[in-house]
Amino acid sequence: MAEEVGMFRVQQTMGSVLCCRCGILMAPNAANMCVRCLRSEVDITEGLQKHVIIMYCPECESYLQPPKTWIKAQLESKELLAFCIKRLKNLSKVKLVQADFVWTEPHSKRIKVKLRVQKEVLNGVVLEQAYVVEYVVQDLMCESCSRVQANPDQWVASVQLRQHVSHRRTFFYLEQVILKHDAAARAIKIKQMDHGIDFFFSNRSHGVKFVEFIGKVSPIKSRHDKQLVSHDTKSNNYNYKYTFSVEICPICREDLICLPPKVANSLGNLGPLVLCTKVTNSIVLLDPFTLRYTFLDAEQYWRAPSKALLTSRQLVEYIVLDVEPVSSEVNVGSSKYGLADFQVARMSDFGRNDNIFTVRAHLGHLLNPGDRALGYDLYGANSNDSELDKYKGLNIPEVILVKKSYDEEQRRRRGKNRQWKLKSLNMEVDDTARGRVDEEKLIEEFEKFTFDVEEDKELRSNMSLYKKKDYQPSDAASMTDGEDVPLVPLEELLEELGLSEDGEGMSE
Amino acid sequence: MATRLQFENSCDIGVFAKLTNAYCLVGIGGSENFYSTFEAELADVIPVVKTSIGGTRIIGRLCAGNKNGLLLPHTTTDQELQHIRDSIPDQVVVQRIEERLSALGNCIACNDHVALTHTDLDKETEELIADVLGVEVFRQTVAGNILVGSYCAFSNRGGLVHPHTSVEDLDELSTLLQVPLVAGTVNRGSEVIAAGLTVNDWTAFCGSDTTATELSVIESVFKLREAQPTAIVDEMRKSLIDSYV
Repeated sequence: MAEEVGMFRVQQTMGSVLCCRCGILMAPNAANMCVRCLRSEVDITEGLQKHVIIMYCPECESYLQPPKTWIKAQLESKELLAFCIKRLKNLSKVKLVQADFVWTEPHSKRIKVKLRVQKEVLNGVVLEQAYVVEYVVQDLMCESCSRVQANPDQWVASVQLRQHVSHRRTFFYLEQVILKHDAAARAIKIKQMDHGIDFFFSNRSHGVKFVEFIGKVSPIKSRHDKQLVSHDTKSNNYNYKYTFSVEICPICREDLICLPPKVANSLGNLGPLVLCTKVTNSIVLLDPFTLRYTFLDAEQYWRAPSKALLTSRQLVEYIVLDVEPVSSEVNVGSSKYGLADFQVARMSDFGRNDNIFTVRAHLGHLLNPGDRALGYDLYGANSNDSELDKYKGLNIPEVILVKKSYDEEQRRRRGKNRQWKLKSLNMEVDDTARGRVDEEKLIEEFEKFTFDVEEDKELRSNMSLYKKKDYQPSDAASMTDGEDVPLVPLEELLEELGLSEDGEGMSE
Repeated sequence: MATRLQFENSCDIGVFAKLTNAYCLVGIGGSENFYSTFEAELADVIPVVKTSIGGTRIIGRLCAGNKNGLLLPHTTTDQELQHIRDSIPDQVVVQRIEERLSALGNCIACNDHVALTHTDLDKETEELIADVLGVEVFRQTVAGNILVGSYCAFSNRGGLVHPHTSVEDLDELSTLLQVPLVAGTVNRGSEVIAAGLTVNDWTAFCGSDTTATELSVIESVFKLREAQPTAIVDEMRKSLIDSYV
């Protein structure tokens, strides 16, 4: 400020004085002692801990923060440094400027941390000093590890997923969804059972979270129970085993359902025969004759549960002879349908007799004469459904077309040379139950499932498909056979994460 | 010769005693040790007077004087004034002055020829100082402190100032006072020089916390050892062993 006014200011040079203790020349400071004398006189690390004992669990590589928390940390990591500093008492008296690890042999069970601290001493002099704290690492197994060691099959919560249908399509699909969202990351064991899958968790909250996740992807009904395992009378701690019983509704995609009269009425007189087009956390039902659709919530369904009349196993192949569109393409929900009158004949009848059926269906936008379609043969079916009997005077159609069919042979050839693959969950297979079920049937079902994946884009959106590393487009695949089998475009495939060339992840 | 002593376990000698070339004033202590140390050193040469000023013992900081005169604050009682007048030699003029800043020892630092004063001292006081003490008065600061009487102590042969004094200031003060000056500490690094040290032309007394290094600096600058003064600042002192009295 003086300079601004124009005053003359004398340049001040700091002189030097002798240190009052050792007499060496130094610049004057608040204590008027050279740094060495000051350091020898005052030790700011006095009263600070230099030796600490910390507990370490070798199984899960975590360190104990009393009273109960275990912190996972690698050697010489940031987390370990923060943990070590937290364990020091009295560190609030000084100001911590820097902290570093000093290298120690990992087997020595010693961790050394070099800390640099600052403190004010005497009359305002701030002294900085570095010192080393030694941590002795003692092995102590943490509670969860010791529990696992004692009984590796020990679980606290189990979720039993069941669906009482004769196929496993839903579980294949669910498996992929679970993998994509990593919902079973916390499961300690997964077991494949008859008509379902069992998941075991070490914590009740994990089980609850899993049940909620399943509830979001399929319509379920669940109940829970608990069983007392042990009881500590002194502290009144009770240990339970929790079981969640989850039942998935038996209606699957492409099922033909006959709605009970009450339900049909409540849905606005929807024709009693409906097709199920999509199952997420609610069921989408489509009336193929009127193109009306509706959503059935899980609760709504379970209030008046109805079984499927015919399932996709019972689909029969038809060949389309003639198409007469009745109305133009409509956008129903998220998919397109077009109402049309079809003249179809069963493949088994084709060429042999003249059984032709005229039927109205919703596939007008897809099918052209000469195409093949899959549908339910109600003409030849013998249905034993109590619901159907309730309807008196119902005009049951002879055929209900469901979807377009592609050449099986072509499919199979392509199938072997697919560019993508799916991962699978690490499931334990129950040997006793498996013996009963046909292995071949399973494989076939899985093939059908993969065809579904190829066809349906929406289905794919819930799954992760991975590129096959050793895919070679074969020459045979370049044949043109009139029809184009739907394929999965390359953009939708994910690269697999792998450390080596072989890659991790299981092939299907 | 520099002596180390304590006043009732305090190392601030300059607070409780005033030493000049003609007399010595000493505060009244609980035990006689303080007084007897001064007596042992000075009894043959100059009178050592036990007194209080305004009922207090901190006489070193309340009064200012040299061989020509002594200035007392307005808080001095009549009995004390009389007692002092009787005890010290007749040629010393004792004067009680009316000054707002009553701790004259903190505001005035003087030897027999020159005095440095607090910048806010009254004009009349300045004239009185020039008259009574027979000195040339300069208003100055030492290392930015206006209490010159506390942060520097000088005799007719040398002076010690606040350790943070810059080289230019040191030169300026030295020119004014016409004595060699050095920046240093007393009582183990204390910057309040005059509180820890009281000095005249042939002897000095400092607090017992004074280290050997500081003592040697004091003895050199005030020429108490009759040794040839060299530029003390350039001299390298090796580590000396502390010796306690």
